[in-house]
Amino acid sequence: MAAVTIPYKQQLRREARAEGVFRVLSKTAALLVLALLAGVLISLLYGGWPALKTFQFGFLTRTIWNPVTEQFGALAALYGTVITSLIAMLLAVPVAFGIAVFLTETCPMWLRNPISTCIELLAAVPSIVFGIWGLFVLAPVLQHTVQPWLIDTLGDIPLIGKLFRGPPYGIGLLTAGFVLAVMVLPFITSVMREVFLSTPRSLKEAAYGLGATQWEVIWDVVLPNARAGVVGGIMLGLGRALGETMAVTFVVGNAHRISGSLLAPGTTISASIANEFTEAVGKLYTSSLIALGLLLFVLTFIIIAGARLLLLRLEARGARI
Amino acid sequence: MHGKFALTAAAAALSLAVIWSGQALADDISGAGATFPYPVYAKWAEAYKKQTGIGLNYQSIGSGGGIKQIEASTVTFGASDKPLEPADLKQNGLVQWPQIIGGVVPVVNIPGIKPGDLVLDGATLASIYMGEISRWNDPAIKKLNPSLNLPKLDIAPVYRSDGSGTNFLFTNYLSQVSASFAKSIGANTSVQWPVGIGAKGNEGVANQTTQTGGAIGYVEYAYVVQTHMTYAKLINRDGKTVAPESKAFQAAAANADWAKAEGYYLILTNQPGAASWPITGASFILVHADGKDTNVPAALKFFDWAYRSGQSLAESLDYVPLPPAVVQLVEKSWASSIKVNGKPAWAAK
Repeated sequence: MAAVTIPYKQQLRREARAEGVFRVLSKTAALLVLALLAGVLISLLYGGWPALKTFQFGFLTRTIWNPVTEQFGALAALYGTVITSLIAMLLAVPVAFGIAVFLTETCPMWLRNPISTCIELLAAVPSIVFGIWGLFVLAPVLQHTVQPWLIDTLGDIPLIGKLFRGPPYGIGLLTAGFVLAVMVLPFITSVMREVFLSTPRSLKEAAYGLGATQWEVIWDVVLPNARAGVVGGIMLGLGRALGETMAVTFVVGNAHRISGSLLAPGTTISASIANEFTEAVGKLYTSSLIALGLLLFVLTFIIIAGARLLLLRLEARGARI
Repeated sequence: MHGKFALTAAAAALSLAVIWSGQALADDISGAGATFPYPVYAKWAEAYKKQTGIGLNYQSIGSGGGIKQIEASTVTFGASDKPLEPADLKQNGLVQWPQIIGGVVPVVNIPGIKPGDLVLDGATLASIYMGEISRWNDPAIKKLNPSLNLPKLDIAPVYRSDGSGTNFLFTNYLSQVSASFAKSIGANTSVQWPVGIGAKGNEGVANQTTQTGGAIGYVEYAYVVQTHMTYAKLINRDGKTVAPESKAFQAAAANADWAKAEGYYLILTNQPGAASWPITGASFILVHADGKDTNVPAALKFFDWAYRSGQSLAESLDYVPLPPAVVQLVEKSWASSIKVNGKPAWAAK
């Protein structure tokens, strides 16, 4: 008896020890992320503190960005970051939705894989390539065809017209939004496609059996089922658009100004940092750039937290239905 | 058990990496700083390595980064497009000298205007970049170019968005020739421009200027030569019209009074002399005046070689070598001002 039980106990003990090691390792990995995040936050706060202390709330509300007189305000960069990302989402989300619906519902089988692969390839293109493409290919096209047309047709409409006035420079907030839209498209599309695919087949077949049209099935069966995932995909894209640096720097026009027009040059938080950090001399200047980084961190956090809240509410409502 | 092993392995890998990187750095001269002279420093380094076997590891991280790194003594020399003021040098125990010259050239895109056709002066250029002159047929521009048929076209100013020595030279010049520019904008590696559009790097400014009708921009001289852009001539301090040429930049450097400038703190914009190009600038090297880095004598040998044998290489990249008189002055000052562990790092020739 004893000869059997002792190895068995040993094995149990060994397994328990392995289990313990594994638990500690996985916990460490998770805690490491938290520690890294806290480290980033602390170093941003530490680095940005002189600027925040000097300008206080004015750092958020002023558009002045003058390295000569050492007066800094983040409003122009904040505005540019939000506007370019909004344009990108306005353009990319409907297109991504269209692609995802086509791929999961109406696309012939043999075409699905090639199209999906192409979209995933788009995600693998380095952002500098998008930047150069935006500057040398997209900007001239916009400058000579799209922007003059926008100015002529929309520029005279009251209210919206203000958004489309001024000389067609080719680069500016709108162009940055276009480039960002192309860049976030694959992320949103991939997530949407995956969640659409996860709709139970029986549900869809039941709807078709009741005589629903394809549109009705997509809108009333697939989409409600995939709501949480769709929001998640959009947030993933938005997060990328907010933080994108290189491509935006090339095409945004890099001006610390807020002009009503979308065709005018502006700047974003990450573009300002990329542009100016290497040659920034002086404590307050460097500190202001780090404070900009902190601002982007907070902005992204707010948006992700908002998305989480939205998801929770959606899930609660979904459960009720 | 596993945890311990992983930890030991990581520690071993880390120490190995430290040893490797340490060895790689031991023989090479290390430097960091300005991006503007990077192509010529890289070319010099390649040729110098072939001749002497001594390599140069130069990281073009920007002037600000170069100054920070030499202050922290992580490199043998720092490089900056903007000279440090004598007080800053003293405070950090640094010595600086000019190594290579470059210039900034205004470029335009006006239908029917060819390279060198357009003449501008500093005050007009400043007014354009302040948004006070907004059409090409403005009387102020017409007065400088009576023979040109300038169109009624809006001016689209293009500026460098990334902090750069080019920006510093350009704004420094405009601040010298226009009091209102100095007051409202000022000189720095990046400034707040009231009008225009910002493009990244020389290539960005060049591209934006070529694409936009009525645009004006400013790029480094080498860029104008290599891309055949439509440059404008400038009227210098002596009232003479000059074209951007190698000899015009050298004239500005030669006419500057280096001997009197403490710590070579001299910005070459708006220098006197009939042939001087008004927006000229030197790129500087920084080392510790009395440090512990035993690589400093090797670095000085390299820069001496670059002054003497590296000239044609610099010219092949459209950089402008320092005039011989200035080189002599710089090397004489090395002997008296640079020491390593208390011993002179350079013997006067």
